[in-house]
Amino acid sequence: MNVCFVIAYLLFAPLLGGLLDGTDRIISARMQRRKGPSILQPFYDLGKLFSKELIAVNNVQFLLNLSYLVILMIAGALLFFGADLLMTLFILSTADMFLIMAASSDSSPYANMGASREMLQMMAYEPLTLLIAVGFYLAEGSFQVSDIIDAPVSAILWMPGLFVGFMYTAAIKLRKSPFDLSTSHHAHQEMVKGITTEMSGPALAIMNIAEYYELVLLLGIFSLFFINSTWWSWIVAIIACGLVFFAETLWDNVSARVKWKSLLYSCWIVTLVAGGVNILILMLIK
Amino acid sequence: MNKVSKSPWLLHYDASSCNGCDIEVLDCLTPKYDIERFGIINTGDPFQADILLITGGVNSQTERVVKQLYSQMPEPKVVVAVGICACTGGIFKECYNIKGGIDTVIPVDVYVPGCAARPESIIDGVMKALKVLDEKQKAMKEDRR
Repeated sequence: MNVCFVIAYLLFAPLLGGLLDGTDRIISARMQRRKGPSILQPFYDLGKLFSKELIAVNNVQFLLNLSYLVILMIAGALLFFGADLLMTLFILSTADMFLIMAASSDSSPYANMGASREMLQMMAYEPLTLLIAVGFYLAEGSFQVSDIIDAPVSAILWMPGLFVGFMYTAAIKLRKSPFDLSTSHHAHQEMVKGITTEMSGPALAIMNIAEYYELVLLLGIFSLFFINSTWWSWIVAIIACGLVFFAETLWDNVSARVKWKSLLYSCWIVTLVAGGVNILILMLIK
Repeated sequence: MNKVSKSPWLLHYDASSCNGCDIEVLDCLTPKYDIERFGIINTGDPFQADILLITGGVNSQTERVVKQLYSQMPEPKVVVAVGICACTGGIFKECYNIKGGIDTVIPVDVYVPGCAARPESIIDGVMKALKVLDEKQKAMKEDRR
């Protein structure tokens, strides 16, 4: 059963991620009173990128990009296998380190600036990500994903603060405004394309596929908050993931990019208030 | 699926334009014209661009930049000259610092006349450029065989 989940994740996560990205672009366009591209646009983009010439700035960047993809796939596979949540989150950070190395391996100042901002973003969201793992342990008594989804009641009842905090910091991971400092899906920013500036053709396509894996992985963690031992909780989780995704798109469209200090401080304050208080209450009542 | 014309990403550069054409180019992104419905993204990165959209004639200062941007774009790529200055040099043609149209420096595939070029004609020019782009991709594939 678990193996089926892993195979489904590895095969269909890019498809689902691409469709969600297409939906995101249509919803964003409608919010701006535009028509927007086709829902299959991300796949057209991928097809084009793979057919383009690869301008390699050095020998190692493509390999590092590929490592980013493979390690993200491993992290997602662990989550969908029902393994250790803590391990999944650690491997997720490792994957990000490969992206940072890929960006800092070239000589473009924009890519290097993107890499340093990406590290800053990691500093902003890592504390809360760890607190989530701790929260699940306190609420359900285990780090194992298979135990968490077998709990009698949904984890959201124990950790609403952590859920709100995770929604707040997920905007960083999904590269949404106001937290898309290191690179952005949208045109023209102060440092070209940031971390992906020197990635062309197939290298960028691999990076995009990795982002789709990451998107599905994050939605998987969101659904952990809702899934319990009953069958209908899975439906609730899917609806909740859709709502979370819509909320992130809405937030992306109504907010402007912030400075790095506001990013860091606001994330830490949210971590401390929403996450910390939630953990304290959990420790008291559990 | 593999057609590059389904997702052309655009790089816009102002060689020495008076900004009239640039405003019209940006106008294409607004809700009224919305070029994103064709899958077009206005990217700032030559590494990821398929179409180079240039406004204004080339002068001695921007010649270097235009050449570099063109060389940084991966194949297949097309160049669209927007506005009469980019096509021929326009009213600035005789100026001491102007070299002339974009085609004096890099090969141009589509010329969009007008002062300033209207958004409709820019979109039309880009659509013509997409056909050239597809032909170039086909030629590239045959070369590989």
